[in-house]
Amino acid sequence: MNSVEKSLLSDSQIDDDILAKTLKSMMSRQVDYADLYFQASQHETWVLEDGIVKEGSYNIERGVGVRAISGEKTGFAYSDDITPAAIQQAADAAKGIADSGTGATVKAFSRQSPIQVYQSVEPLGSLTQEQKIDLLHQVEAHARQVDSRVTQVIASLSGVYETVLVSASDGTYGTDIRPLVRLNCSVLVEENGKRERASAGGGARTDYSYFFEIAEGDNKPRYLAYAEEAVRQALVNIVAIEAPAGTFPVVLGAGWPGVLLHEAVGHGLEGDFNRKGSSAFSGKVGQKVASELCTIVDDGTLPNRRGSISIDDEGTPGQYNVLIENGILKGYMQDKHNAGLMGVKPTGNGRRESYAHLPMPRMTNTYMLAGESSPEDIIKSVKKGIYAPNFAGGQVDITSGKFVFTSSEAYLIEDGEITTPVKGATLIGNGPEAMKRISMVGNDLKLDGGVGVCGKDGQSIPVGVGQPTLKVDGMTVGGTQ
Amino acid sequence: MTQASKSHDPITNQLSEVKERVAKVLELAKSLGVDGAEVAMSRQQGLSVSTRMGEVENVEFTNDGGLGITVYREGRKGSASTADLSEQALTKAVTAAVNIAKYTSVDDCSGLADKALLAMNPVDLDLYHPHEISTQEAIELAKSCEESALSVDARAGQSDGASLDTFSGFKVYGNSHGQLVGYPSTRHSLSCVMIANDGDDMERDYAYTVNRDFALLESAESVGKQAAQEVLARLKPQTLATGKVPVLFRADIANTIWGHFISAISGGNLYRKSSFLLDAIGKDVFPNFLNISERPHIAKALASSAFDNEGVLTQDRDIITQGALQSYLLTSYSARKLGLTSTGHAGGIHNWLVDAQGHDGSFDAMLKALGTGLLVTELMGQGVNVVNGDYSRGAAGFWVENGEIAYPVSEITIAGNLAQMFKGIVAVGSDTDLRGSIRTGSILIDEMQIAGH
Repeated sequence: MNSVEKSLLSDSQIDDDILAKTLKSMMSRQVDYADLYFQASQHETWVLEDGIVKEGSYNIERGVGVRAISGEKTGFAYSDDITPAAIQQAADAAKGIADSGTGATVKAFSRQSPIQVYQSVEPLGSLTQEQKIDLLHQVEAHARQVDSRVTQVIASLSGVYETVLVSASDGTYGTDIRPLVRLNCSVLVEENGKRERASAGGGARTDYSYFFEIAEGDNKPRYLAYAEEAVRQALVNIVAIEAPAGTFPVVLGAGWPGVLLHEAVGHGLEGDFNRKGSSAFSGKVGQKVASELCTIVDDGTLPNRRGSISIDDEGTPGQYNVLIENGILKGYMQDKHNAGLMGVKPTGNGRRESYAHLPMPRMTNTYMLAGESSPEDIIKSVKKGIYAPNFAGGQVDITSGKFVFTSSEAYLIEDGEITTPVKGATLIGNGPEAMKRISMVGNDLKLDGGVGVCGKDGQSIPVGVGQPTLKVDGMTVGGTQ
Repeated sequence: MTQASKSHDPITNQLSEVKERVAKVLELAKSLGVDGAEVAMSRQQGLSVSTRMGEVENVEFTNDGGLGITVYREGRKGSASTADLSEQALTKAVTAAVNIAKYTSVDDCSGLADKALLAMNPVDLDLYHPHEISTQEAIELAKSCEESALSVDARAGQSDGASLDTFSGFKVYGNSHGQLVGYPSTRHSLSCVMIANDGDDMERDYAYTVNRDFALLESAESVGKQAAQEVLARLKPQTLATGKVPVLFRADIANTIWGHFISAISGGNLYRKSSFLLDAIGKDVFPNFLNISERPHIAKALASSAFDNEGVLTQDRDIITQGALQSYLLTSYSARKLGLTSTGHAGGIHNWLVDAQGHDGSFDAMLKALGTGLLVTELMGQGVNVVNGDYSRGAAGFWVENGEIAYPVSEITIAGNLAQMFKGIVAVGSDTDLRGSIRTGSILIDEMQIAGH
């Protein structure tokens, strides 16, 4: 028995027999598939502001979700009480979805040993409380030291230790320990009565030692790099001029601007929307949906990344899935339910916010593979346009394909040169059209720093994005000039 | 409902049970040597049913609860929360909060709300209207909503689901000033999402109704019909030429404009100097025909509350009088940082009423007042910077010519600066949307920058 089984099951007097018996009890109706999802998490946050540690919080979550699937129907109930009686009660409620009859056979559990894409570490204890506080003070001190125009600093540190266990009627039995840490630095700078705020940070599925490491290609530990980056962005924006309005060539920087892919294509390739025919990409497998320069993958297997998963929340191992290859749509991201209804295999994308939420097809780390252009040549190719290396976030209407994302750092490109910084502006486009207008792809693939949160149907989960520098020939830029 | 029947109601019984638990948690915190403590606990149970194309999709039995505790010791603060309500987890949460307060810094502004401001005997706001509904009845209601939507026009031939949600629950709040208050509430809603096709174009839109009293929900038929009409109107959208035009925000999205104003006058942004409305009390923020009042005690209303998240008594309040700012929105902490008194806004606002006497009118009258310009019915993205007021968002809606809707538009952005947009409000319609915490009609703004082709 591993530590997850001990803490989630045996400490509550639950064993394999009870799990199997509960699943079998649901098959007294026409249930095709049923699963039990046990989860426990501890989450801490420390916040420093104005030189003092103002807030510290600790959150505990623990419960079980029970799901029964019958054709396209899903019954779901959950409880924060992990006891045989509470689980049975949830199972009785969930199976009510199905008509009377006989369900699928419950298969014997097969304990998996998937490849671990992150270590089973407990991050909260990886620093003492004093060390956590000291780290925040150092972030602040560094931000203030970088530039005297910094008038305020908010630094926050958070860590999550989550354990999950999935057992299902198809014989799936998996456990996972999921650490997640995050450090953020937000600064306010003031100059000549003008103020700007900017923030920077990062994180990963590991412990707090991550922030003391030096990232590849850098020369200082991450916690200092975050402070400098926040100050740099704020100082760029305080001198930014009004952004232009209209349609322009747009060069997106490498890394976090991959939020473009997340919005413009990622959501539209989730299996549920495509099973229902509600996505702008529905029924287009095998068709050209992007320029041939584009190969886009969703990859849950990148070591220690924020969006990575050793197993998804249905027990399917995380995978490397090619979504679009040289512009041709190869396949969708699937959970078990939608894969089953579409007659394909699950792709390791069945994810849920917690035991109290239903799993659905979700992204992990979504990125575009490197192309052949140098970033310099991409900039040089633009006579008048926008270079946007940083974004705040985005949103998509998967049915019409319209998506937006908002720049948090952008510059004019004039005659092949990056010139004046412009204020944050929203960019809008149509996913399939914008992807076809990608005319240059850089050789500098970069992944984001580990800050992504994706929301769908009210459920938030950690994700990653990435891309090389790329050029979209025309996008609508929502400036004021 | 009579008192006698109330005592048999499971939620009401649970409420008194939970009050006892909150009192116990406060006792436990006290025994661990804290100077002050506050505890909030909530529980919510419900049924959530969705259908799609006439078939059941999900049946979800929701059952959520949580307890949050904050303790203060020698000016230091510690917080913890738990969604696991076992004795063991509660003890762990209290211990964790007390432990954290050993490591946080002394902060002169932290602490419980001032005792004099607390709602010790809060009024009943009639927020609890439980409605027994079987899963089957809920399914039938969702199905009839879809049927109605699907019968409007063949182009709106695909439903993306109708859902019926009904929740009942309660909140309890207690603190070491001796306050221990709580109330039950309900919330019911019915919504429908429709997809329409015309050639290559596919669009989606939705309609919904929400109320604390099930009997006051709009009919399933009307919600379905409205969803179909909304999506049909959007088919075959065009973009617009880049340029400056007047903009009318339809009532159901006008609350977003007030939402940015709320953010700009919230204590947290003010003491951090992160708002474009610093030191604006008494100053003209809006045109002088505009008034905004807060009425926290409207019976049955969705944003009614007798006390805020710190137990502070909520009161009728003028926010904007003749265009001038009358009040910030403060918690105890932000009030102390600013040298002011809490306004009872921990957790947000409570029923805002927007009034523009002499500069209002029906939706049709607002279209006439717009003349030729953009009617916005959907906004996308987060492009609002409250530090300097810069505004840039994705939009969809309709091009209006001489007061008549001409054609649908999408894939455009609208941009401006909130300070100027607020001053540029020309009229606020009497087509008030009552479904949210801000009761506002459509908002007409004199000019914004459109980016399109």
